[in-house]
Amino acid sequence: MKAPLNWIKDYIDLDDLSIEEIANVMTMVGLEVDGVRLVGLPMPAGEHHEFKYEGLSWPADKFVVAQVEEVLPHPDADRLVLCRLNDGQKELVVLTGAPNLYPYKGVGQLEKPLKVAYAREGAVLYDGHKPGSVLTKLKRMKIRGVESFSMICSEKELGISETHEGVIILDDDAPTGMPLVDYMGDAVLDISILPNMVRDASIVGMAREIAAATKRPLRKPDDQLEMHGKSIKGRAAIEIRDAELNPRFVLGLIEGVEIKSSPYWVRRRLNLADMRPINCIVDATNYTMLELGEPLHAFDYDILIKRAGGKAPTIITRTAEAGEKLTTLDGETYELEPYMELVTDKAGALSLAGVMGGEESEVNVKTSCVLLEGAAWNFINIRKTISKLKLNSEASYRFSRGIHPALADQAVRLCLQRMLAWGGGVVAEGLIDEYPAPPEDPVVEISTHDVERMLGTAIPIDEIQDILTRLEFDCELNRDTIKAKTPPLRLDINPGLVGKADLLEEISRIYGFDRIPPKRLSEELPPQHGNQALDMEELMRDLLVDLGLQDTVAYRQTSPEREARILPEDADGEVREYLRIKNPITTDRTVMRRSILATMLEILEHNCHLRQHLAMFEIGPVFIPNADQLLPDEVLKLSIGMTGLRSQTTWQDKAPEVMSFYDMKGVIEGLMDGLHIPNPSYQPVKRPSFHPGKCAEVMVGEKVLGVFGELHPLVKAHYEFDDYPVLAAELDVTSLLEIATIIFDIEAIPSYPPVIEDIAVIVDETTSAEQIEALIWHAGGKMLNRVRLFDVYRGEKIGVGKKSMAYNLTYMAPDRTLTDKEAAKLRNKIVKNLEKELGAVLRSQ
Amino acid sequence: MMAITQAELEKEKLTALKQLKAVDNEDDLNSWRVACLGRSSAVTQAFSSLGSLSKEERPAMGKAANEVRKALEAALAERQEVLREASLQRSLQSEHLDVTLPGRPILHGRLHPLTQVLRRIYRIFGDMGFQIYRSPEVETDDNNFTYLNMPPYHPARDMWDTFYTSDEGVLLRTHTSPGQIRVMRERAPEDIRVILPGATARYEQLTARSEIEFVQVELLVVGKGVTFSELKGTLLDFAKLTFGEEARTRLRPSHFPFTEPSAEMDVECFVCGGKGCGVCKGTGWLEILGCGMVHPVVLKYGGYDPAVYSGFAAGMGIDRSTLMRYRIDDIRHFRNNDIRFLEQF
Repeated sequence: MKAPLNWIKDYIDLDDLSIEEIANVMTMVGLEVDGVRLVGLPMPAGEHHEFKYEGLSWPADKFVVAQVEEVLPHPDADRLVLCRLNDGQKELVVLTGAPNLYPYKGVGQLEKPLKVAYAREGAVLYDGHKPGSVLTKLKRMKIRGVESFSMICSEKELGISETHEGVIILDDDAPTGMPLVDYMGDAVLDISILPNMVRDASIVGMAREIAAATKRPLRKPDDQLEMHGKSIKGRAAIEIRDAELNPRFVLGLIEGVEIKSSPYWVRRRLNLADMRPINCIVDATNYTMLELGEPLHAFDYDILIKRAGGKAPTIITRTAEAGEKLTTLDGETYELEPYMELVTDKAGALSLAGVMGGEESEVNVKTSCVLLEGAAWNFINIRKTISKLKLNSEASYRFSRGIHPALADQAVRLCLQRMLAWGGGVVAEGLIDEYPAPPEDPVVEISTHDVERMLGTAIPIDEIQDILTRLEFDCELNRDTIKAKTPPLRLDINPGLVGKADLLEEISRIYGFDRIPPKRLSEELPPQHGNQALDMEELMRDLLVDLGLQDTVAYRQTSPEREARILPEDADGEVREYLRIKNPITTDRTVMRRSILATMLEILEHNCHLRQHLAMFEIGPVFIPNADQLLPDEVLKLSIGMTGLRSQTTWQDKAPEVMSFYDMKGVIEGLMDGLHIPNPSYQPVKRPSFHPGKCAEVMVGEKVLGVFGELHPLVKAHYEFDDYPVLAAELDVTSLLEIATIIFDIEAIPSYPPVIEDIAVIVDETTSAEQIEALIWHAGGKMLNRVRLFDVYRGEKIGVGKKSMAYNLTYMAPDRTLTDKEAAKLRNKIVKNLEKELGAVLRSQ
Repeated sequence: MMAITQAELEKEKLTALKQLKAVDNEDDLNSWRVACLGRSSAVTQAFSSLGSLSKEERPAMGKAANEVRKALEAALAERQEVLREASLQRSLQSEHLDVTLPGRPILHGRLHPLTQVLRRIYRIFGDMGFQIYRSPEVETDDNNFTYLNMPPYHPARDMWDTFYTSDEGVLLRTHTSPGQIRVMRERAPEDIRVILPGATARYEQLTARSEIEFVQVELLVVGKGVTFSELKGTLLDFAKLTFGEEARTRLRPSHFPFTEPSAEMDVECFVCGGKGCGVCKGTGWLEILGCGMVHPVVLKYGGYDPAVYSGFAAGMGIDRSTLMRYRIDDIRHFRNNDIRFLEQF
């Protein structure tokens, strides 16, 4: 909410505090000041400001109140006039094109001089002709033969509003010659109102908070009202159908008003508070709403009588009937839902309760009698209505957060007082007040012990009482306990234990958070549970980073179409259920992802033209709907993506190899090794996304941990990849972590030298490396320490359909040095076993 | 063969030493050694002629020959050392590199900036005895709102723009706070001191400044006699460890439905030092976290009696503070995973 500082000062003396100090007090009680717009007042001194300032200052020697004595025609231009003006020092002639001065043109010396805001030569102000806020300096120049050096200002030029239709005509009592900043300089505080502090979406509310925090008296607005008209009794009636939705409804009546502009100071304040001035009647309702926080609505009384067939109107509040429609005063027509509360008469709907008035019965230029509504509405129902209709107003903003019904009559009286002052007429005697459901104002007990238990610091009971009293709680003190009755201006205090917390908030924020001393937590720790899953996950991240991969964090929201790229539709005949987002932000983020692989391929695709070598991973959840439970399964997955060259080309390494299946396998093996996964095995497998001949499952026993391989060329074609093969892996993190071992045996460092030798065997092409190695290990027994494949050879020498596999074998005994004879024996056993099981042939050296 | 005289031997020595001075490589040095100390050299001749000398002449000649041999050997060793040194210098000089050529790049991975920042937070709170608790990213409306003291249509629900799912009552959690309910229900009546990290989502426009998914970390402490003082102490320590010993902070009242009293913590803008800049929007302060005493309704939903137990909670967005810290121009960088961005951390 935009709060003009001078308005706040109507209710509290703050002249000894700077803007900065006031803004700080407000921020520290919960009325956060987002910024300050200066409207005339000077910029606070010093370089360091706690708040953001913008706006225009009006130096006292450049901007003054002046009076126009006579408006003369320009000799040479119809759209310009010359004003004979007195600025308090001397008489001058000032040129202006303001259309609101035309009516005075050529009528001679004005009987009542016009008070205006006058800027002297050299003044810096906003350019009225340019959009936005562009500063300009007044210089001496000739316009159509007439010298011009100063200006009568519009609101836009002074930074009050965007209006540049005419110059400001001040109220008659403005003292000629007075610096403008002294007359009406102001600063507008931009305040964020917290959801539970809607009572402070009002100038009086804000003043109350400042008064409490600075221990100053609050001057409440005087709602004395002269009611000299005929009594309102019998001239209107109220019928409330559902008191829960409409706990109170108050009506007042004013007759014989003149629909005209409000005084200039009212219009200026409304403008500063971001509300457009309309006429004195509508302005009075808005002004009172901003002042007290209670939205009001003015009906044209004569229209209501006409609708009632010439009789006294009965205002009925009820929910909408099936198919009922209403055209609001913004010209929009809404179809209403049956829960929406309406203000109606016997002829139909008049307004959407607490949200917006209807078009038909609104105050218009011909209005002379005004029936004024002050009511209270159920905030939850208002919320439902506005969220359904997507219709927001200053009224609904307040009512949807809960306005205390007690404000209704006070606001109606205050508003009628304003209408009378600004529009004339006579106020009918009395109000009609239906109040079927007054809220319970909770009484909450709070003790010094409660305060200390929660805040950790003792606050004396007198200070607690003082704080609550200043917030208008009715306090009853009994030794160290206070019984505090909630003032009838707020609905956010609850009874009982919750009420205690509510009061603690009030006490602590007014007492000041900065006065509560900080303390460290007790050294006694709660029972320790640890988080092994997270520890292992982070270990995995470290391992993968050590293996040269980049950690990534990706969006969970995607679309089935995006995921379909990795898996051509119907490729496996499986139907994929997604968790769908009801209100997606874009058409390509409509579901929660099921495939972490799809995400990884998008990341690779994004980067593949940027680097010659890419190797990345992500650890994150996928979301699989589960018919047996409300929430989907969140399955933690690891994806790895690699493509490009094994390393980047450099001046030394001009042609690095292209990464292949085995680079990915190296990463997988490194990860298995780092996690101490016991005996992982690799088996060829066919998966739709992968190349059928270059894809493997990694397993431990019967348990599949994941799949990896080269992307299927058809899948790859769905992306804009380079020519390099794209390697991808998807592993199940939970399974990995279940099998990973934290405690494992290590082997002793050998005390005797090993015997190392190479053998090469020729086998059929179909024989897998795993088979050979298993047989070597089996035959080698305990003495065999290490088996390392160092060459795979295919060629004419060994025949078609054959391959030669060369191994480097290490034999070792823990207790002695092996003899050549023992080594030869082992070797023979291994070769024999390979010959027998695979038909392998030892390759001659 | 004529026996060599002592005078001749002395002359031979002088000639040999003179020749040695001119030797400048290993080969010539070898030839010199053969010529001057070898079998046919004058010294060797002198030694072999000793037998033919008279008993009287023999000692003097022997002594002279010995001295000449020693002198020549010493000169040889010296010359050898000089040549070796020269040869080393030559080879060192011929082997110099252009050290400004780039080194051989070692390909290595990096942790994502958000992972790095999270780990820093884990460490700081770990030192204070906080354990880590994680909970699902897709949540029930109850856990995300109702049990956090926001029944349906509660005005505070407006503070979170929510992604709903087509499953009634299921949404993408808008904050990590539903984890508070989960950890309380799991551990009641134990005391609790945990942090709750994780991904959250909010229905926002995707722009340089606003993101639909982001990471939050939440703190929860529950016990008998946990106070606002301790909340303040814990957060002040965190701020100092994160933003530096000198960092100015302030705690100002705010509102969250699940805490009361509620506060927001601001830290003096570390970009401009509080003078006001684009990052702090001219205010000199950066909002870093929201916090407060756990609301009695939330304690009750969690299974703790609010008349006996109290607690505090705090929550912070990791993306935004990381963004400010590194002055990242676009919040979407975190999840676009552009290698040019990630490589810089």
